[in-house]
Amino acid sequence: MLSRVADTIYWLNRYIERADNVARFVDVNLNLMLDLTQVTGQQWEPLILTTGDLQLFSQRYGEASSDNVIQFLTFDSNYPNSIVSCVQRARENARSIREIISSEMWEEVNAFYRMVTEASNDHPQGTLPHFFTQVKRSSHRFAGVMDATMTHNEGWHFGQMGRLQERADKTARILDVKYFYLLPSLEWVGTPLDQIQWIALLKSASAYEMYRKCQRRITPSNVAEFLVFNREFPRSIHFCLLQLQRSLHEITGTPLGTWHNKPERALGSLCAQLGYTTIEDVIKIGLHEFLDQIQIRVNEVGEKIGETFFT
Amino acid sequence: MTVHFDNYNPEQFYDELYESVGQPRPHAASLINWMQNLSLERLQQHLDTAQIALFNLGVTFRVYHDNQGVDRIFPFDIIPRIIDAQEWLKLETGLRQRIKSLNLFLADIYDQQLIIKDGKIPQEIINSAQGFLKPCLGIKPPESIWCHITGTDLVRDHQGQWYVLEDNLRVPSGISYVLENRRVMKSTFPDIFKTMAVKPVDDYPSHLLETLLNLAPSYLPNPTVVVLSPGIYNSAYFEHSFLALQMGVELVEGRDLVVCDGYLQMKTTKGLQRVDVVYRRVDDDFLDPQVFRSDSLLGVPGLMDVYAQGKVALANAPGTGIADDKVIYAYVPEMIRYYLGEEPILANVPTYLCWQEKERDYVLENLDKLVVKAANEAGGYGMLVGIKSTQEQREDFANRIKSNPRNYIAQPTLNLSRVPTLINGQIEGRHVDLRPYILHRGDEIYVHPGGLTRVALTKGSLVVNSSQGGGSKDTWVLKL
Repeated sequence: MLSRVADTIYWLNRYIERADNVARFVDVNLNLMLDLTQVTGQQWEPLILTTGDLQLFSQRYGEASSDNVIQFLTFDSNYPNSIVSCVQRARENARSIREIISSEMWEEVNAFYRMVTEASNDHPQGTLPHFFTQVKRSSHRFAGVMDATMTHNEGWHFGQMGRLQERADKTARILDVKYFYLLPSLEWVGTPLDQIQWIALLKSASAYEMYRKCQRRITPSNVAEFLVFNREFPRSIHFCLLQLQRSLHEITGTPLGTWHNKPERALGSLCAQLGYTTIEDVIKIGLHEFLDQIQIRVNEVGEKIGETFFT
Repeated sequence: MTVHFDNYNPEQFYDELYESVGQPRPHAASLINWMQNLSLERLQQHLDTAQIALFNLGVTFRVYHDNQGVDRIFPFDIIPRIIDAQEWLKLETGLRQRIKSLNLFLADIYDQQLIIKDGKIPQEIINSAQGFLKPCLGIKPPESIWCHITGTDLVRDHQGQWYVLEDNLRVPSGISYVLENRRVMKSTFPDIFKTMAVKPVDDYPSHLLETLLNLAPSYLPNPTVVVLSPGIYNSAYFEHSFLALQMGVELVEGRDLVVCDGYLQMKTTKGLQRVDVVYRRVDDDFLDPQVFRSDSLLGVPGLMDVYAQGKVALANAPGTGIADDKVIYAYVPEMIRYYLGEEPILANVPTYLCWQEKERDYVLENLDKLVVKAANEAGGYGMLVGIKSTQEQREDFANRIKSNPRNYIAQPTLNLSRVPTLINGQIEGRHVDLRPYILHRGDEIYVHPGGLTRVALTKGSLVVNSSQGGGSKDTWVLKL
């Protein structure tokens, strides 16, 4: 298929997934702050940190507050990673490959776009939680419709790769930020406040209920293990990368376990590392350092996919 | 008073469906009888359903200079325009004759220019035409065909006389509306199609694909055909995507293509792949920045070179735009006589050429009665409709004509024919034109039955362009 088309469908899925993730962690933070105001004051800056765009934010808005962080991440059409911008870009992408995707997918993206722009025009402070739910649902609906209506061909696999790449990256970022920045100081570790924050973290990855089913007690290392290494939970980093690898090898026809091009090699060695590392190893090097390294390598995989297929 | 079919008045205009009040034309009688039995409310409901169907299908276009930059639906009317079989036969023959001689003209003008040497068209008119592309001189397209796809604009005056208004040999659009309008009509009024023998239109993509495949060298068992679009911001993007989908070929943009190893190739996830035939919906000027506009990002550097060597076919051939120049249009009847030795079957609208002093003087004295057009504009831009103009507009055009007479022509105001149209729940007459689509391949010239009927929805308006508030109707050509 055309490189541009592959690129477009890959990013279509990344943008939808990105909007979904932004909605997730803004929503969870809104909830969390309702519980924490008396104890720690408002903590909104960490949300900006997860996006990696703190500098841009400070230039535009200065000090972080709930209003301006939500505005920036949700409705700011000049910020390319806000929900509004992501959905708008997803729609532009979908529009330029309408002859490739199914009409049902196009209708979903269109409906998503209408919902978000209408909400953006109304600025409904009180109905924000409802809005975030809608965003998450729209994203799920899009993924489901794509799965059920589009042939699982090369294009579909490029779309999958976009979604999984984005999801792996965001899970790593959310975990990293919580661990590194969210706690006000060391003395809070192990307190009820700490519990609430780890629960919030799990919820922002829609992982709370599934975590409880297999781990019960909430401890930092168990949460990290679940979100990094679990092979069955669909938002864990390892799960995303294994699925990503499957799609990549479906496209190239290279047998799993071997490699013929750069992304296959980079992804193969990353998956192998995740497959043979334990959480104890991670604690030894430090979770932040480990996650940082994972993020860099996930990005490298993305770059190599781009070099190999899209240019 | 509500106006339904029984008290609809065609007034002093030629009406496509009515002879006079209460008297439908014979070929329209069964449709009118059938629609008369529906209440106006029911008709309006059908119209609304049809509009929603078109919106959901994404049948949209973009208007330039529109700050909104949003897609609009091309408004649709559910009362079709009907052409009887005999009438159509005559149009078909006339269109074949016209396209044949226009193609001979293009082949001649980019080669020996015999028509100039024989004194039928002045050299300076050709040389000063914007669409005349020197880089195309000496190029020999496959089978000597230049205009593979044409969308001729036809109109009728108050007596029902047909005229060719424009030839549109560059990149005519609108065929997607023809196909989608028919689809919607068939689902809205299935019953009437059972009683009237209407020629089907759904096979256009097959004919188009055949025309394009015909351009590839015969030794290629599986030639690669693509549709080249300027991209999603183009007003006709929907159509580009629609045609690619219907033909099952790749829709590409300039940035997907590259000239490599002497061939045109497209960038795929599996490396470069050779392209053999391009149905290009990009204007001549933008095709190749090395030859034409150097600032163009829509084309492919080096494309013209590959094309000149015959290693890729382009439809339509670059350079066809010269025949869309409205001054050169005036010479088409002469071309038919010169190349075919025949009298034109379809008439031109009488045209005054401002570069000729006598005709210019006449135009300047009669600006309030004439329609003045710039030689190279399309889409209803750059024109003056005399009877609707203000003193100020007329002065503006008088100055434009005096400073650049070559670039202006004028024509009498034609009272275009009308078709009953559903306007706010009433039946009212509205002016229409007709754009049939003609495919030229090998020795065969195929005229697609019907075409796009555009309708000026504003009361009294004679401008049917989609960019100027026009809509469309389904066009029914009856079987013999």
